Parts: sequence; structure tokens; C-alpha cells
Amino acid sequence: MSEATIKPRIEKAPLGERMIEKLPVVLVPALAMLGLIAVGNPATWLTLTVAGLAMGLMIFIMASGLTVVFGLMDVINFGHGAFISVGAFVGFTVLIWLGGWTSSPSVFLNLSAVFMAILVAMLATALMGYAFERVIVMPVYGEHLKQILVTMGGLIVAQQLIYVFWGPDEMHVARPESLQGSFVLGEAAVEKYRLVAVGIGVVLFVAMRYVLKSTRIGLLVRAGVENGEMVEALGYRVRRLFLMVFMAGSALAGLGGVMWGLYQETITAHMGQEIMVLVFIVVIIGGLGSVEGCFIGALLVGLLSNYTAFLAPKVALVSTIGLMVIILMWRPQGLYPVVKAK
Amino acid sequence: MSEPLLQLSGVHTHIGPYHILQGVDLTVPKGGVSVLLGRNGAGKSTTLRTIMGLWTASSGSITFQGRDITRMETPAISRSGIAFVPENMGIFTDLTVAENMTLAATKGPIDPKRLAWIQELFPPVRTFWNSSAGTLSGGQKQMLAVSRAIVESRVLILIDEPTKGLAPAIINAMTDALKELKETDTTILLVEQNFAMASSIGDTVAVMDDGRIIHDGDMAEMVADKELQERLMGLSLEAHQ
Amino acid sequence: MLTRLLSGDKPRSRVLTLLLLVIVISLAFAPFLFPGTKSLETAARICIFIALVASYDLLLGYAGIVSFAHTMFFGIGAYGTALAQSVTGPSFVSILWGTAAGAVVAAIFALAIGLFSLRVKAIFFAMVTLAVASAFAVLVSQMSWLTGGEDGLNYRIPRELTPAFKLIKAKVFDVRIDGKLLAYYLVFFASACLFLVMLRIVNSPFGRTLQAVRDNAFRAEAIGYRVVWYRTTATVLSAVIAALAGSLLAIWLRYTGPATTLSMEIMIDILLMVVIGGMGTLYGAVLGATIFILAQMYLQELMGVASNATSFIPFVSDLIAADRWLLWLGVLFILSVYFFPTGIVGRLRASRG
Repeated sequence: MSEATIKPRIEKAPLGERMIEKLPVVLVPALAMLGLIAVGNPATWLTLTVAGLAMGLMIFIMASGLTVVFGLMDVINFGHGAFISVGAFVGFTVLIWLGGWTSSPSVFLNLSAVFMAILVAMLATALMGYAFERVIVMPVYGEHLKQILVTMGGLIVAQQLIYVFWGPDEMHVARPESLQGSFVLGEAAVEKYRLVAVGIGVVLFVAMRYVLKSTRIGLLVRAGVENGEMVEALGYRVRRLFLMVFMAGSALAGLGGVMWGLYQETITAHMGQEIMVLVFIVVIIGGLGSVEGCFIGALLVGLLSNYTAFLAPKVALVSTIGLMVIILMWRPQGLYPVVKAK
Repeated sequence: MSEPLLQLSGVHTHIGPYHILQGVDLTVPKGGVSVLLGRNGAGKSTTLRTIMGLWTASSGSITFQGRDITRMETPAISRSGIAFVPENMGIFTDLTVAENMTLAATKGPIDPKRLAWIQELFPPVRTFWNSSAGTLSGGQKQMLAVSRAIVESRVLILIDEPTKGLAPAIINAMTDALKELKETDTTILLVEQNFAMASSIGDTVAVMDDGRIIHDGDMAEMVADKELQERLMGLSLEAHQ
Repeated sequence: MLTRLLSGDKPRSRVLTLLLLVIVISLAFAPFLFPGTKSLETAARICIFIALVASYDLLLGYAGIVSFAHTMFFGIGAYGTALAQSVTGPSFVSILWGTAAGAVVAAIFALAIGLFSLRVKAIFFAMVTLAVASAFAVLVSQMSWLTGGEDGLNYRIPRELTPAFKLIKAKVFDVRIDGKLLAYYLVFFASACLFLVMLRIVNSPFGRTLQAVRDNAFRAEAIGYRVVWYRTTATVLSAVIAALAGSLLAIWLRYTGPATTLSMEIMIDILLMVVIGGMGTLYGAVLGATIFILAQMYLQELMGVASNATSFIPFVSDLIAADRWLLWLGVLFILSVYFFPTGIVGRLRASRG
């Protein structure tokens, strides 16, 4: 047969449609601009913006695993917050062991201590993710109602186990020497740790995008999100892929837990459950299953929370709910609805 | 015809509360094209999905190359040499054409010679190699779906209605490609409603109705026997045309 | 007569009937059978939670919808009554309009959330309600000028419902017939009424359709039922009853605060009670609430004793410490979702005891 019989059809959406497609990306700078107008003072605005980005990126780290897990197997883990808490407690325990490193003036030793804490925490939460998936999630695949209930039960048990292992009190750890204090940029003070958090968040987002776009595993995950059955029909075991993603997501939640803990310097067994509220809002805003949407949603929520915390502290959480409502009225499936076959 | 490659005996499949396959006996000989005809809802797609393990048979047995695959999981069935082109084509629209093809090649990188041959059969696979598969037209997606199934040599390919909703020119192109594919040592089990297309490439034919096989034999015999056609067509193809 | 009162929905198990009778009789005569402040507190709490948990089961068990906003509605009812008492002073009229206002606000919230998020998946609704309820709890604790913040509201209720009021001088079976007793019977009868109303709802054509929607939304839609309408109605009904239960709590405690009404802990307690008692059967709420609250009040002491007894084994004594009883309930909860999704009631009915 010849080329003539099958005319190549280049289906490019009209310009206007493509603009709307890209619109969510514009939302972040737009919100930042609005923030500048509302806050007025550029120095304060810069401080708030960096804080907002840091918070947003930490939430992104914690939320990304949840959203991919949902996309791949239609599983929503209400116990995801447990990994955040456990990660924080394990990380803090390591930091206490390495007290000599964290209190030393050496930047290298400080960062090594944080690195070790993150590593051990991620390892612990990945293993916990393995156990959680096998024991709690696997028996209830495909049954949403039971899934919600059982993973909630897992959260309760995990929180109680934190009490058993670490006692009922909250835990305090000061940030390592070199991560305390702020840089002064003109009139604005920017906390050092927030910049580190932004750095880690950006690196992680870039890495995640690379993995999803350019590795075979990433391709499989994206294919699986769209049509898991077809991935199986091509000869891949989606269940095993899912377990890996679940563990990775849990490890990321653990990482987020350490970072959030260092940000607050105080952690409780309930912290994960509290952060999950923001995580859910972010995941809903972004579109369940979409990593890009999750990223933009997280930045929006981070920025908005910090601006409103400055302008009207009492309505910070309510403002994020408002954001969610507005976004859902505009796009009922979130910013980037995930296309599902079937 | 030679020894059976795939054999279904007394296969029953339930989907939720519905009893879809009610004792399917089907033999697919090695080599050539076997066609499965039947009206909408007769159970053709369910038969293919049951072979693939996407539904599990509640009773009966499926043997492939002498091995019982009834209870095997889909990935294992796929790796034993069966490729599947589902009714909805199963294209990953979020991925590019190249990525779709890469994922289908499970044994390693795609053999360039084989790829050249496939792109000869289906030129759009070359033209749109780096485009997102979501931007392809329906016919192009169908070509990609079949290309994906043959990116490596397979023993058996299950194809579910590759001409559904396509323009006549594209149906002809698809038919030509399947004819060429038939010349290799791959066996094809084709579900079709388009009898003209089916009769032009089929070697054997089976007709389904209400979850059972109600006729099977040589395609040539069916093409010659107008009365049989009348009887089965009336039954099987009333939905079509 | 009794069958009609129960809307024809009988317990269908001898053991279950017996258990329910024991619970109802114990609650009905609690002030006389178990004298003492703590036991009366426990009995009143059980009554209120039976209504609250049953209203949650209406949603979870009968409509198949998971909501995390049930304590929000419970709290709205409690704050409605509490605010009415504090603003206009203690009177039965202010109880009435406070309760009514709470119920109406709860209904409006439920309607809004329902219309907004019930179109999509169960998961979506669960997530949205979790977020909204958390934000609401934070908002309430921050609007201290109105709600008293974290400290909550203390207020007076009509004198007729307080221990200071003596109905008759003499004691009956050694129990003083005072306002507290009246308050208890107000709680008891109001909860019983709410429960019977819910039995009527789930056994009405509406209730049956609701279950059909739960079992197969797709099919129900195809037959022509407006699935969103049924689900939203169930959400609103359940929210209103939760708000009424909240009002009862506000009257009983003479205190309303975030910790007793809005907290996530209470939400989880409700979840545990429904699942352990048995989803999709209102009698499960009776058993679940009773067992859970008795355990909460008394089992903890027992575990404390056991923990002290095993204090020489370090880890074990931590595991069974009184504060860790939620750990074991959590495990029980997971196991019941897996193995007995119909809870205790389902078990009893299956064994036909």
C-alpha cells in the first residue's frame, strides 16, 4: 500500500485550545503576582514566596507518590500520612544519634547528618510501604470502600505504633548549625533551610520527570496509569510494578516527613495525618494520578497558604479549600485530568 | 490443517453476575488465519480476553502449544508467545508511537530490520514515529496496535475487529498487511464482523452466538455454501449492514 | 405494634435480639440500675452515639459513601445549640431554635458538598470531606470570639434539666428524681426517636433504592434513578441527624468544644463503631457504639492493670498500656473489614443463634 491511501493527518489543536491546555502552568506565576499586589511590600513578598515554594515542594514530595499510586492501580491510600510521620521519627532519631555531626560548625558534617537521616528514613518507609502494600492494600484491590476503611485502619495502627516505639510525647530536634538562620537579600530575609528545601524539591521533580519520561520503568508507569490491562497483555506484571511504585511513594513520603520535621523542628505522631489534608487538596487540584498537576497544585497551595497566613492568618487552610473549589468548578477532574482507557 | 495450536474446550466465563461464555469449544490450527464471526454480544471479545487471561474462565480448559494456560496470569500468557490487539486498541495515548513500540518489545531493543518491515506495512508508524500516539487518527491507531503486536515474532496474534469504524481505504490497507503477515509463520485469530474482509483472508472460520460456537469449518466451504452463509449471516451479521 | 415501630426490620437472630433487649433495657433504666455519675455519663454517651453512629451508617452502610465530615455535622449541631444558650440565655425556646438552626446549617453544608463532589468517585468524596472537615475544625478553633476557640463554650441550660431542679422530694429506688435525670431521659428518648426514624428511612422505598444504588450505581442509573440525587439526599439526611445528635450532646454536657465534637479522633471512633458493629444494618450501630464506649470507659482501666502486671516485660507492657487501646481496636478494625465486613450483627445473623 502506498502513502497516498493513508493521508498523514496532523491533528494539532487550534492555538486557543493549546493555550488553555497550558494554562495551569501560568497559574503559579499569576498567583505569585497577585500575592505581590496583595502583600505590597516586595521584601516581605520575597520571604513569603520562598516560604511558599518550600512548603509547596515539600507537599509535592509527599503527594507525588500518592497520586501515582492512584493512577496506576486506582488505589488511594488514606494511610499515606503514616509514612510521613514514621519518616520524620526515624529521621529525627538518626539526627539525635549523629548529634555530634549536627552541632559541629562544619557544613559538610551537618549535611552528611541530614543526608544520613533522609537515607535511613526513606529506607525505613520503603520497607514499611512494602509491608503496608502486602498486608493492608493487596487484599482489597478494586474495592474502594474497603480500601478507604482499611488504609485508615492502617493509619491508626501505625500512629499507635509510633507511640509504642517513641513514646507519647512530641519530639524536638534543632536544625543543624549551618541550616539555621537566614540569608539577607536586600531587605528580605530568606531562611537558609527553605532554600535547601526548594533545592531538594526542584531536583526531585526534575529527577522524577526524567524517570517518568525517559526510562523504561517510567514508560511502564505512564502506560500503566492509562491502561494497566494492556501493559499486562504486553507481558509485564503490573502488580510488581505497582509494588515498586508504592514503595517509592512511601519512601518519598518519608523524605517529606524528615524535611517537614526539620522545617518545624517539632514532630508528632499526628503530623502525617494533619499534612494529609493539604496533600489531598493538592492531589485533587492537580487531578488524581497526574504528577504535573500535583506539582502545580502543590506550588499553588504552598504560595496561597503563606500569603494568606500573612494577610489573614485565621483563614489559611480555608483559603486552600476555596482554591480547590474554584479549580474544581473550572475543571471538575482537576488541572490535568488523567485519561483512562476502558 | 495441521495440529491444533490453541484449543478451548468447554470454556465458561462469568463477568460479575453475567454468564457470558457458555461452553466454548474452539480449535485454532497452527498457521494461517482463523476467523471468529458473530453478532454483537455473542461473546467474541470475551473469548479473546479469556484466552489472554484478562477474564478467568470459571470452568473448561485452554491449551496453547500443548500447555494448559487456563489459570495462568496475563503477563505469563503474553510471554508464552501470544500477542493481543484489543477492541479498543489499547494504545497508550500519553506515550509516543516510538515508546508504544519500545514497550511492546519485551525481549530487548527492536530489531531494525523487523521495524523496517513493519513500517513498510504501516507507513504511519514511520511518519509519526516521534509523535504522541494520542494525536493519531483511528486508523493510524489501529495500525500502531497491530504493529505493536508484531514488533517481535509471536506464535499467535489475537486481533479484535481491526476494521471497526474504519474507512474502506484503510480497511483495504489493513487487509493487505494482514495478508502479508499471514505469509510469516505467525498464526492469527481474528474477530471480525466484516464478512467480505474476513472471507478474503480467513482459512478457517467459527461462528459464535449466545456464548457458544455454533458452526466451525473451512472458510472456503463457507464461502461456497450460500445457504450456510444465509443461515449464519442472518444470525451473525444482522447487526452489520 | 413493635414490628411497626421497627418498620418491619427485625433483628433476625436470637442472640442479637437478646443483646439488643439487654442494651435497650439497661439504657432505659440506667439511672436506677447503675447509680453513679460515671455510669450515667456513659449511658448518655452511648445513647447519643447510637444515634450518631446510626446516622453515619445510613451513609456508609446503606449508601456506600465514605465521608470524613460526619463530626463536622455533629459539631454544627452542638455549636448551634451551645451558641443559642450562650447568646440568648438558657431556655427551652433557645434550645429549640439553636437545634433547628444547627440542623439547617448542616443540611445546607451537606447539600453543597454532596452536589459538588458526589458526581465523581467515592474516593473523591472521602478526600473532599476530609479536607473540608479539617478546615472547618481549624476555623472553629480560631474564631474564638464566637466559639471560644480550643477552650470551647460553657453555658447554662434550662434549670429544669440540671441537678439543682428537684421534680419530687422523695427518692425512687434510692435515686434522686432531679433535672439531671430528666436530661438523661430527654437524651434517651430523643436518641430512640432518631433511631426509629432512621429505621423507617432505610426500610422505605427510598432506603431500598439507596441500597440498589450502592450495589450497582451504573445499573440504577440505567434503570432511570438519579443516582446523584439519592446520594445527596442520603448525605443531607445523615448530616441533619448527626447535627441533632450534636445538639443532644450540647444539652447533656453543658459544654461544647472542638475536642468533644469536631476532632478527627471522634471521626475515627465513629468509623470504628460502625465497622465493628456491622455496616449496612442500623442494629450494628447500637452494638458498635455500646461496646466501643464501654471499652473506652472501662477497658482502658483493665489494660492499665494488665500493663502494670507485665511491667517487667518492657515491650509488652508498652503494647498493652491503657493509652494503646486504640492500637488493638485498629487491628480489630482492619480484621473486621477483611473478614467480617458485616460486623458483629452480620456474624450473629449468619450463625442464626
